[in-house]
Amino acid sequence: MTTTSSAEHTRRDFLFVATGAVAAVGAAAAVWPLISQMNPDASTIAAGAPIEVDLAPIAEGQDIKVFWRGKPIYIMNRTKKQVEEARAVPVSSLPDPQTDQARVKEGHDQWLVVIGICTHLGCIPIAHEGAYDGFFCPCHGSVYDTSGRIRQGPAPLNLPIPPYAFVSDTKIKIG
Amino acid sequence: MSGPSTYQPTNPALQWIEKRLPIIGLVHSSFVAYPTPRNLNYWWTFGGILSFMLGVQIVTGVILAMHYTPHVDMAFNSVESIVRDVNYGWLLRYLHSNGASMFFIAVYIHMLRGLYYGSYKAPREILWILGVIIYLLMMATGFMGYVLPWGQMSFWGATVITNLFSAIPYVGESIVTLLWGGYSVGNPTLNRFFSLHYLLPFVIAGVVVLHVWALHVAGQNNPAGVEPKTEKDTVPFTPYATIKDGFGMVCFMIFYAWFVFYIPNYLGDPDNYIPANPGVTPAHIVPEWYYLPFYAILRSIPSKLGGVIAMFSAIIVLAFLPWLDTAKTKSSKYRPLAKQFFWMFVVVAVLLGWLGGKPAEGIYIIAGRVLTFCYFAYFLIVLPILSRIETPRAVPNSIADDVLAKYGKKVASAIVALVLAGGLMAGGTQSAKAADEHGGPTPPSLSWSFAGPFGKFDRGALQRGYKVYKEVCSTCHSMSLIHFRNLADVGGPGFSAAQALAVASEIKVQDGPNDAGDMFERPGRLADPFPKPFPNENAARAANGGAYPPDLSLMAKARNYDRGFPQFVFDFFTQFQEKGPNYIDALLQGYVDPAPKDFALPPGAYYNKYFPGHAIKMPKPISDDQVTYDDGTPQKVENYAKDVSTFLMWTAEPHLEARKRIGLQVMVFLIIFAFLMYFTKKKVWANAH
Ligand code: FES
Repeated sequence: MTTTSSAEHTRRDFLFVATGAVAAVGAAAAVWPLISQMNPDASTIAAGAPIEVDLAPIAEGQDIKVFWRGKPIYIMNRTKKQVEEARAVPVSSLPDPQTDQARVKEGHDQWLVVIGICTHLGCIPIAHEGAYDGFFCPCHGSVYDTSGRIRQGPAPLNLPIPPYAFVSDTKIKIG
Repeated sequence: MSGPSTYQPTNPALQWIEKRLPIIGLVHSSFVAYPTPRNLNYWWTFGGILSFMLGVQIVTGVILAMHYTPHVDMAFNSVESIVRDVNYGWLLRYLHSNGASMFFIAVYIHMLRGLYYGSYKAPREILWILGVIIYLLMMATGFMGYVLPWGQMSFWGATVITNLFSAIPYVGESIVTLLWGGYSVGNPTLNRFFSLHYLLPFVIAGVVVLHVWALHVAGQNNPAGVEPKTEKDTVPFTPYATIKDGFGMVCFMIFYAWFVFYIPNYLGDPDNYIPANPGVTPAHIVPEWYYLPFYAILRSIPSKLGGVIAMFSAIIVLAFLPWLDTAKTKSSKYRPLAKQFFWMFVVVAVLLGWLGGKPAEGIYIIAGRVLTFCYFAYFLIVLPILSRIETPRAVPNSIADDVLAKYGKKVASAIVALVLAGGLMAGGTQSAKAADEHGGPTPPSLSWSFAGPFGKFDRGALQRGYKVYKEVCSTCHSMSLIHFRNLADVGGPGFSAAQALAVASEIKVQDGPNDAGDMFERPGRLADPFPKPFPNENAARAANGGAYPPDLSLMAKARNYDRGFPQFVFDFFTQFQEKGPNYIDALLQGYVDPAPKDFALPPGAYYNKYFPGHAIKMPKPISDDQVTYDDGTPQKVENYAKDVSTFLMWTAEPHLEARKRIGLQVMVFLIIFAFLMYFTKKKVWANAH
């Protein structure tokens, strides 16, 4: 053992390193499916396909709640007053500055479509409540305005807008 | 694990921990410095392989439990959705289901090794008994796991095995009711089996710790059966035993991967791809292969209680082995008679396993009784007598002396023998199943594009097969596990998402209720399953003369026929997995009209050469030119049958292509890794010689 030449040593070390490296690669590859299985499965993904919502039954000043991918979506037919309120406020004074125009689709200004999940810790805000005539989250008191923007309370961001488009004047497709 | 460690880490942080919790010292003394006899052969690597398999089963099992639903109405479909929808779900499920078999193969080798080399003798009696306890726990765990997919064999296996306890006088019936949590096997039974199936592996792991502890106190036995005397007799566990175990493990993984990727259903029972039906018992109830020898013992005793006692005794007797065999010489290497009887015992056990898969009738019953007698005689007569009369050969003075002798040449031939034996048992199961179901001819073996290690589906055949299914089969047969989205799946018929959507939107799906509380119809979506031809089973029966057209989703894996000995042994090597499509293809072409004169055809039935019993309720479903093929394929029944069989193989195994593709990658990797491990092992051991 003591008489092994250095060349032999190098060859041996190379073998050990190569075996170790292959073992490490194998272990890493084996872990991949174990992690990947936690992602949404094919049926969940298929069930998350876009949905169409008919807006005709929603009268002015009313709102409905629909579910898309397990998330509540508020669709609100805002009154003139609500729209004006949302546009009157100076954007720079908002915690998460955004204009109302940027949050609705042009030509359909009365329609507010937001994901009804409080950006604080995920509770569902109640519509038509709170000091700004928009939404009020009962969990820790975040208040959103008629554009779904955060105005008061611990939530850091405005209510997010889901991907959606108008297929006709009275129908939207969410997703 | 054998007492306080003298190991002192040099790193101050580790020293700080070591003073308070000597865990590094524990690991060091148990798995690094631990002296292991230098003459251990590869049979000794199965201890490590078993630990590895326990780990694999726990990891894959915990993951499967994340997706499985233990409810009688959902269990079967939840297993199918794991296999179909969960990312790599097919891999995890096959790893787990075949892992159970690998676990038992390894444990049987491990046990036989202990038997051959006398590893149960003083001072290792407790070590051995702990092993028997682990084996019992494994059997309980394996049985309950087999119930969870809630197929026909799950249900009827659960019924038969729990009914064993009804043999106990006076309290038997109450015990069975207690086990079931009802008056028959049902939802409470499934729930508790799930709970216990999750629990027991951790109990096994606990007993394994005791087993290893006992091992490290008594020290390992070795092929010479003489205890180490000087330092020359041993080598430190790491790196010597570690690298040798590692090499053994990689070789075992190749064997395991062969099953998982190429013949995942070889050891399974096709009946378990039929959802549990409490009203119909399968023609042959056969347990998983690893219980077959004991099942044979159970059936060979002509009394209910006697059979149950014999079966449990066959396992319990192992625990008394240290006191039945009192010979001073441990290793059968030096016991010429014991060695011969050992191999006879192995043959007896394998034959019992083969009989366990045969129907209990005629010559099989007699053979079963003779072999049961031989099984017990080995422990209760042969070993006690041999210990007294046998003159052993001289054992080597020390392990170091033994190392000079050559061993290991037998390993290869023994492995081949074991593979054959395993195949024999598995094949026994299969032949038993089909033996009298199929009085008729065996379906011809066709050549399928998806067979073999590089198999792929023929897209054209899948698309034509789908057309045949849609225009012909689907008028009576449902296909509840397939969704329109699947048509566009990778490895499927190759529809584009838009084409699949177009197919889906042709149908109307009832949905609702809407805001007014009414149900309404909407066009189908990709996420919708294929529509059912009948709203429920009763409607289907009413429309089909009392027969229920079975769901076709899994048909290609749920049908089987006898391949006979020795064909099923070759099937292991040739990866033959195409019984289902062969059968379906043959069935569709197997109608004979008029029926043979000597056959009494019941009214409303049709004669089919390949159908079990020949009287099938389904009229000849398809004739030439019934379905229009756009690609120029001749519109013959022959082609219709082959295409629809291909399509059904895909619906039964939608990830077949991915399985074979990943299988090839895994195999190449493992073979390279095995070579590297082998040379590394040689280099490491070069220092020890
Ligand atoms: S979750 Fe809405 S305020 Fe905290």
